Parts: sequence; C-alpha cells; structure tokens
Amino acid sequence: MIAPSSRPPLSPAHLPGPLGRVSGARPAASPPTPFPPAVSQASLVRLHHRFQALDRNKKGYLSRMDLQQIGALAVNPLGDRIIESFFPNGSQRVDFPGFVRVLAHFRPVEDEDTDQDPKKPEPLNSRRNKLHYAFQLYDLDRDGKISRHEMLQVLRLMVGVQVTEEQLENIADRTVQEADEDGDGAVSFLEFTKSLEKMDVEQKMSIRILK
Amino acid sequence: MEGAELAGKILSTWLTLVLGFILLPSVFGVSLGISEIYMKILVKTLEWATIRIEKGAPKESTLKNSASVGIIQRDESPMEKGLSGLRGRDFELSDVFYFSKKGLEAIVEDEVTQRFSSEELVSWNLLTRTNVNFHYISLRLTMVWVLGVIVRYCVLLPLRVTLAFIGISLLVIGTTLVGQLPDSSLKNWLSELVHLTCCRICVRALSGTIHYHNKQHRPQKGGICVANHTSPIDVLILTTDGCYAMVGQVHGGLMGIIQRAMVKACPHVWFERSEMKDRHLVTKRLKEHIADKKKLPILIFPEGTCINNTSVMMFKKGSFEIGGTIHPVAIKYNPQFGDAFWNSSKYNMVSYLLRMMTSWAIVCDVWYMPPMTREDGEDAVQFANRVKSAIATQGGLTELPWDGGLKRAKVKDTFKEEQQKNYSKMIAGNGSLN
Repeated sequence: MIAPSSRPPLSPAHLPGPLGRVSGARPAASPPTPFPPAVSQASLVRLHHRFQALDRNKKGYLSRMDLQQIGALAVNPLGDRIIESFFPNGSQRVDFPGFVRVLAHFRPVEDEDTDQDPKKPEPLNSRRNKLHYAFQLYDLDRDGKISRHEMLQVLRLMVGVQVTEEQLENIADRTVQEADEDGDGAVSFLEFTKSLEKMDVEQKMSIRILK
Repeated sequence: MEGAELAGKILSTWLTLVLGFILLPSVFGVSLGISEIYMKILVKTLEWATIRIEKGAPKESTLKNSASVGIIQRDESPMEKGLSGLRGRDFELSDVFYFSKKGLEAIVEDEVTQRFSSEELVSWNLLTRTNVNFHYISLRLTMVWVLGVIVRYCVLLPLRVTLAFIGISLLVIGTTLVGQLPDSSLKNWLSELVHLTCCRICVRALSGTIHYHNKQHRPQKGGICVANHTSPIDVLILTTDGCYAMVGQVHGGLMGIIQRAMVKACPHVWFERSEMKDRHLVTKRLKEHIADKKKLPILIFPEGTCINNTSVMMFKKGSFEIGGTIHPVAIKYNPQFGDAFWNSSKYNMVSYLLRMMTSWAIVCDVWYMPPMTREDGEDAVQFANRVKSAIATQGGLTELPWDGGLKRAKVKDTFKEEQQKNYSKMIAGNGSLN
C-alpha cells in the first residue's frame, strides 16, 4: 500500500472535483473512519468503491449473498469460512468499517509499524492478529480452541466429497496431535502460534494495494 | 405574432440544415467531413487537457498509466506452489494462509465483477461522469470543462435527439412501406436502402465514428455473424455497414413497434418469450434461416449480456451448435470519447441513451475476421472457445473463462468441485498417510 503519508487522514468526501467541490462521482455515503487508520486514505477510497460495487442493491451494507456472487471466492475451498469471518457475532450484515476491519488484517507490515507506541492498540495487521485471523477460520464456535471435530468439519468444507471420512479423520488426528502440546485434544491459539512460528506469516498473509 | 414567426423561421432553417448536411448524405453513404473536423478539434482539446492535468498533478500521485493493471499485486502461482512447493505433501495448518489470501484478494478485486462496470480512464476526458480520481487543477481547465458541458448539452444534445427521432420514424415508416411490396429483388434492395440510411442517421445521432477493418471478410448470406457485446449500440454499429437478420425476443413498446416494422421488410427472427426457453425450437428456426442462402446473415451475441469492453467472457455454445459458417467480428470502443457500456443494473435504456447522446462521441473499431467452421472432432464448446480467443486477440481484449451470467447469478458448483478436487489430490491423493 502507499505508505501512510504525513498528511492528516482526509475522508474521501473532501476530494475536490473540477469546481473545487465534490463532483457527481462522489460515493453516496462517505466512508467513516471511526477507528485508527488501519489502511491508507487512497486505499480506503479504493475499498469503498469496491464495497459499493459489491453492494448490488445499494443497501449500504453487504450480505452473505453479495460476497457469494464473487466467482473466485465461491470456488475457493475456504470460501464459506472467509465469508463467515465478515459476520462476527451472528450478524447478517457487514457495513463498510466492518469490511475494512477484516481486510486490514492483510495489510503488509511496514517498517514504521514496528516502533509503535505501546499504549496504542495492536494494529490489525500485526503478526499476532494475522495468525488470529487464520485461527478463527478453523475455530468454528469461537471458543478459542480448535477441537478435532472442528478440524474435521473445516477439512470437509475444503475437500467436499473428494476424500473419504476415514482419510479425513486421519488427517485431522495427525494435525491436532502435532500441534497439541498440553494434551487436551484441541489446539489453542498459543499452540497454533507456536506450531507456525517458523512460517513467514507477514508475507503469506499480505495483500499489497498498488494504487 | 412576430415571436411565433421568428421561432418558425429558426425551426425551418434548422431543419433544412439538418436535412442538407446530415440526412441526404446518409442516403448516399457519403460523408461531408463535418464529423472529422469535430473529431480533430475534440482530440486536440483532450490532449491539451491531459497535458494540463499531468502538469498540475501533485508530485506524490503520479499518473498511473495502466488502468487495466489490477489494484493489488498478484502472485499468480498455482495451488501447488502457493501452498508450500513440496510435492506429495500432507495437509498443514498453514494451508489456510494461501486460501485466505486468495479469497481476500478476490474480495478486493476479482476479474469478473469489474467487467460489469465501466472501464476507468487513464486521463480525464472532461466529462463529469468519469471524474473519479481527478482533483481540481486550474481555472482554465474548469472553463474548458464548462464550455464542454454547454456544447454537449445545449448544442449537441438537441441535434442528436432530432436525428434519432427522424431516424427511428424513417425506419418504421420506410420498412412498413417497403413491406407492402411483393417479394422481389427490388424489395430487398429497397429494404437494404432503408435500413442502411436509417442506421447511418442513427449513428450520426450519436456522433459515431466507426472504422471498419478487413471489409473483405464481411459476413455473407447464409452465415452467422458473431461479435462481443458491450451495448445495444453494437447492433447499430454493425448494421451501418451491412444488413443482418437479427435474433431476439419480442419486446413491447417502442422496441416492439420497431421490431414489427422491420420484420415486414426483411426476415428477422423474433421469438416470443415462451419460445426462447425451448432450445430445440430456437435452433430449428435458426437452422432454417441459414439454410436459405438468400436470407441475410444472422447476428448473434454469444456472451448473452453486456460486458464492459475490456474483456470477452464465455461464449454460450448454443449459437455454435447450429452449424454453418461463423463470421467473427471484434468491436472495440475507444473509451476516451464516450463510454458505450450499458450497465443495465445502474441505468435503464432511456438514461443510457441520454448518456450516450451527451458524450463527446462514440468512436470504435470493427474488425471483420475470416470465417470459421467447426472442425472434425471439435465439440461446440471448444469451437466457441476458439472463436472467442480469435475475437479477443483481434480486439485487444482479455479473455475470461467465466460466464457473463455471473452478473446476475451465482457460480455453478462444478467449478468449486474442481478446486476441491485439486486440493484433495494434494493432501490425500498420494496415499502416504499414517
């Protein structure tokens, strides 16, 4: 992404048009920025355009169906889990801040972020938060642990009908055993993090916006 | 009464001018060069505007010079490499990284959804509607923009509406009159004349500048003409250079009147809505039509829906099962002068036409391509893909395997199963589980 500039973050509603005012092409609802800038201003504008393009009936929010219309997402083995991650706490709608909040997890880690003020909340794209996002994709009931049963269910989502139940159980057992350290038969977030400590999470879970 | 006389005089002068300079030359297919001069002035103005914008743009936001490059940096490695590059590997917890990244990338930008909205321009063309990213630059530019608005709405729009009106009325009246004649070569010649004249008038109603390439490959009688679809204007553009038999649903209202009038003069193929569902009936009628070598070539748009002219989507195989020779045609609009794409979810037909008539001009290139036939051992789907590739290459458009129907419907489950199969092969197919 464009590195966060030193200008004060403007909301895109203030972008001037040819007459010095905003022209007719302005987005209908200017994207609010109630949280600390998790993405740069230019990217915010881009994402807002995208949000509006996905919101087919101009409702002002996205529903699960809007996301399911994206072909490349619908064929993704984890597509359903990713769509669910936009709707925490059983809600049926995701507004623009919620949309950006999820996408902010994938912002590449910039060097400036490392000397953070310790009092500020951890940025959404920190390694820990990226791992937490991935952890959530497995943790179906959000209890902080990935049980063997949940692992099985997610695996089933990913392979459809292509793999037998027995093979899938073997895979699930092996995976949970390898990561489980305290022997409770489930993978906690700490164990998850530990088993992936050598993985270059920052690079694998980052999307760089070019404009 | 002087006011009324004056108004009457102005109106009649206006109409005479229109008649003399535009209508008459249309009948003979001759151009007086007025539109060329207009285009030259327009191009110069837009070039000037581009230079001003480039000069005035703040240093941080340098003009991005490829609007067609995606907004995110993509790593197009296939599933095997993306997952961990090891062959015969088993499932890992980290697999989720690859899939979630791909999923989120698709949410930020996917190659299909963007095709259903207008292409973004590299540099502003002085139309408010395309002013997405551009900031206030200078007073002069704004003045030119205001001048442009005045010219487009007060001078060009009335002229174009008049022409459109005349064109459509002439078409309806002309074809009805010609339809009264008995079938003969005279009737065919007259109906062609009427069609061509009215289409030329309508094209001038949009200030259309069309370049036809490879006219020697123009579709012949008894063939099927196939083209990529961007807007209803595609039909106008193609029929200005030759007569086609159109295929489509019977509509009500103004379209219905036009359709009924046209079919009197020459045999188009119009279907009732109920008949469209019966694919065998449709194929049968089309086969009958092309079997008659005296009938005009059929015009079909196999994508089935309007795409934004940056890519070509899946061609439906129905048109390729009829047999006969396929004459592919590639149509590419120049977005700098006016955006021809019809976003039917955003604009209805009337507002779309108004937008067309208040753009600068419609500039496009039409390439006629050598005819193609289905080869032995090739099924309809492969043939359709072959034709699609040819059109995409000729027109400089990207090729997408996705169905244009994704505009309105979800993707089929079979595609998801394919992805699942790929992944399953990796984690379970090698049989080396403990």
